Amino acid sequence: MKRHLAQAAVAAALSLAAPAFAQDFVTTSAAKTIPGTEGKDIYNAICSGCHMPDGTGATGAGHYPALAGNAMLEGPDYPIHMIIHGQKAMPPVGDVMTDDQIAAVVNYIRHDLGNAFEGETTAADVAAAR
Amino acid sequence: MSSQPKGMSRRDLLAMVGMAAGASAMYSAMAGMGYAGTSDYKGPVKLEGDPKGASVLVLGAGLAGMTAAYELRRAGYKVQILEYREKAGGRCWTLRSGDSYTELGGYTQKVGFAEGNYLNPGPWRIPSDHYAVLDYCKRFGVKLEPFMQVNYNAYVHNTEAFGGKPQRFKEIQADYRGQIAELLAKAVKQDKLDEAVTDEDAELLVASLKRYGVLNDDLEYVKSEKVSEHRGWEKQPGGGVGAEPVPSNIISLSDILKGKLWNNLITGESIDHQAAIFQPVGGMDMIAQAFEREVKDLITYNAKVIRYEGGENGVTATYVDAKAGGAEQTVSADYCICTIPFSVLGQIEHNFSAPMTAAIEDVYYESSIKVGLEFKRRFWEQDDHIYGGISYTNLPITLISYPSTNFFSDGPGVLLGTYSWGAAAYQFNAIAPEARIEKALEFGAQIHPQYRDEFSNGVAVAWHRVPWTLGCYGEWRDKEKHYPAATAMDQRTLMAGEHISFLPAWQEGAILSALNAIERLHKHIIG
Repeated sequence: MKRHLAQAAVAAALSLAAPAFAQDFVTTSAAKTIPGTEGKDIYNAICSGCHMPDGTGATGAGHYPALAGNAMLEGPDYPIHMIIHGQKAMPPVGDVMTDDQIAAVVNYIRHDLGNAFEGETTAADVAAAR
Repeated sequence: MSSQPKGMSRRDLLAMVGMAAGASAMYSAMAGMGYAGTSDYKGPVKLEGDPKGASVLVLGAGLAGMTAAYELRRAGYKVQILEYREKAGGRCWTLRSGDSYTELGGYTQKVGFAEGNYLNPGPWRIPSDHYAVLDYCKRFGVKLEPFMQVNYNAYVHNTEAFGGKPQRFKEIQADYRGQIAELLAKAVKQDKLDEAVTDEDAELLVASLKRYGVLNDDLEYVKSEKVSEHRGWEKQPGGGVGAEPVPSNIISLSDILKGKLWNNLITGESIDHQAAIFQPVGGMDMIAQAFEREVKDLITYNAKVIRYEGGENGVTATYVDAKAGGAEQTVSADYCICTIPFSVLGQIEHNFSAPMTAAIEDVYYESSIKVGLEFKRRFWEQDDHIYGGISYTNLPITLISYPSTNFFSDGPGVLLGTYSWGAAAYQFNAIAPEARIEKALEFGAQIHPQYRDEFSNGVAVAWHRVPWTLGCYGEWRDKEKHYPAATAMDQRTLMAGEHISFLPAWQEGAILSALNAIERLHKHIIG
């Protein structure tokens, strides 16, 4: 929490100092990766589109699985693999995120969204899985 | 690797000339959309021989499913169709005034467009070599009109070039081509390419480049009346006193190159975008409606298939009401044509073989976003003299497409204000419809400042949120490996749809795959 507050303060200071606001949306159609560094921001820039902001998933003719309360997220390897390579209808989205972003979002979905799985994922873990 | 050769090889030269001429259709506007292929349609399918009462269950009432059902019934089969939605058409879909669309996540958009205005969230163009779609349109009386793909008076735009000011397509096109022609003509004239071009060819090449690039007798592309006839005038010619035109200035090749405005000059030149290219009058789903009129009595709507089982004695699909759920119902037949997108089929309980299962699971569906924006007046026509066609930009919206119909009308008009793929599409998908529309306005206003004053309402379809496809079109992870299994008969089922074709994402691919499947099925049954 302390870390988050410190970062928020820095972000606020930056936004006051410079006219440019924190980039929260891709700036070009040719963007290779989505913006953002915080797990939550990254989640809400890509993952939430299908898994929904609260991680409850969605159902139509097929469904998008819930991430909230999903036991498959107990270890980080499965979500890392799913993000990078996809599986079945889940597209590989490793190319639209950096290793750091994937690590941050893996931590977010495992630590947040009502989940409390242990362990920190690092960019090095992601790089090793690519 | 050998060191860089000093001169160009003949092949390099010809390739370069070809590319500049647009002869090389190497660029697809829709990244990852596979081939720009010509249809192999051979005319109406002929299923001769008596199927002796054989029955076929068709899963999905999109164009593939309805093509299969229509033709099989004509050939004497007993046919029924299960469709997840409340209406037919699948991705051949149009949103117009009064329509309501609820996406995954629960956002419902009520389309507020004026009467007659529409957005085609899926396919929106029919190339003139998509013979099957065009043939069914003709047979079913679907009226077509020209789709304006290339408009020389539309814009090319890059936030990093020309101070972010959009440039007219014709100016960039003429100046880019002219200056490349000049460079090449001079190089040939100065014998710099003598190893690559024979003397005889060199003379002809210079003559052709002079014509091609609108060069003067000194092989220069310079400000002139002739050049202005291509790129436009500084002051237009008029009548009477003071009517002489004033030639316009040329934009330097360096500025064009740095601004990357050459990027979309040949988008309209691939065979799936070349003129002539068409759209149905009134919206793409006029095709769906025409098919539906033919097979409506065969369709069970709101049927969510939850189980499929095929075997020696036939096939059985189990479904529930897509909205209310409730009791399971079953439909049985001798055979099945399955057009359910693999993104959905992979989640349905089935007894397909391991190779078919692997094929189904190999396919994911692309992310794509379209935003339709209605404006109170057609300012692009009235202020900017743009009649149909497409402006391209490096902004996340990718393009703005102007309506190819109802030119010069006074009422409101609808622009396609976003059509994007990749990271941009994912991010559009992750925000609420009204936020997508707001982004489309924010970016589009950088090209057309009239946006904010004239905006009326909009609708945004992000394809990963579409409940019945879970994405835009099927993308194979390893098509070479799995495609043969996907096309083989498995548990008395043959698959069809754009994903079972080499024209992926196109309606032509969906129809051709259906025709191919029923021909094979018929042969199997008749023997």
